[in-house]
Amino acid sequence: MGRFHRHEDGTAHAHDGEDGHAHGEDHSGYQTGAERVEVLERIFGENDKTAAANRAEFAASGVRAVNLMSSPGAGKTTLLRETLSRLAGLVRIGIIEGDIETSLDADRLAGFGAAIALINTGNGFGGECHLDAPMVASALPRLPLGQLDLVLIENVGNLVCPAEFDVGQDARAMVYAITEGEEKPLKYPVMFRSCELVVVNKMDLLPYLDFDLDAFVGNLRKVNPAADVLFVSARTGEGVGAWCDWLRARL
Amino acid sequence: MHELSICSSIADIARRRAAGRAISVINVRVGQLRQIVPDTLVYCWSLISEETPLAGSRIVVESVPARIRCRSCERTADVGDLPSFACAACGGIDVEIVAGEEFLITSLELADEGAGG
Repeated sequence: MGRFHRHEDGTAHAHDGEDGHAHGEDHSGYQTGAERVEVLERIFGENDKTAAANRAEFAASGVRAVNLMSSPGAGKTTLLRETLSRLAGLVRIGIIEGDIETSLDADRLAGFGAAIALINTGNGFGGECHLDAPMVASALPRLPLGQLDLVLIENVGNLVCPAEFDVGQDARAMVYAITEGEEKPLKYPVMFRSCELVVVNKMDLLPYLDFDLDAFVGNLRKVNPAADVLFVSARTGEGVGAWCDWLRARL
Repeated sequence: MHELSICSSIADIARRRAAGRAISVINVRVGQLRQIVPDTLVYCWSLISEETPLAGSRIVVESVPARIRCRSCERTADVGDLPSFACAACGGIDVEIVAGEEFLITSLELADEGAGG
């Protein structure tokens, strides 16, 4: 993707398109005698440095990490339960569980032999809505990375903020529930575009909803033409095998 | 939704770059795809900077529309408000984002100490 450059000194700048739109900078500061200091420093620079360190730590341990995102209630935790029960004994899995206040989700995932590190993001200043790279870094010492194949990072339920923060994952996947409506990819394009895989969940409810699956897929394709799409019901188990295969193909 | 934590990152960078000098304006460039609400950013800045040496400084947001370039036909186009990341000209899906992901502090304007600010 056409991200802007990062230079050795940590500064960065964007290149305009070939038609070079004006940035409308106001240079009047010079005329009033006020001094201007050029900065050109990326605001997520610190986060991204930590994300790179997390990525290196995963790689050094031979672990693949998947950042799993969704809105609240889309079924991430139910899908993870199904995943753990099917892959137990086949793939050594660690879970990093982001939750604002409780250990409810982590409790639901206990008992499958997976190592679980809980992060209560409510303790982090301004970190109530997403996991960031330092939070994930704080969880890593609590996972036996050397004995794992795969780390699933269950992000905070939110379609906006988690898309913005690189946490050091190898891949991003999201769980979308068909109860959320067809237009969600257009309303949250950054989230839907950030993912390599969209798991379309709660497919067992399709007969009971006024949900236009073709319209949803069309909207998804507008913002992310390249994503893998899997149709799943974490509740009935339909399609969960394909999701497990997708995970195993990344190892 | 995470403008508060962003403001604290901005404060860290601004303090370091200003090296003790008083700041009047922090110019920030924000791409459309960054999902930052400029008014919220400005409001959160007033909360963050209050009762610190940065109090009284302002954040000025320069918004950058999202643009894509099609790798097949080489055309560039705005992504628009109802976003589409496929090429409108040829229908190609192999596109790169050439603008709209910016999120940086471009410059600081220092307070004119002589003005008694």
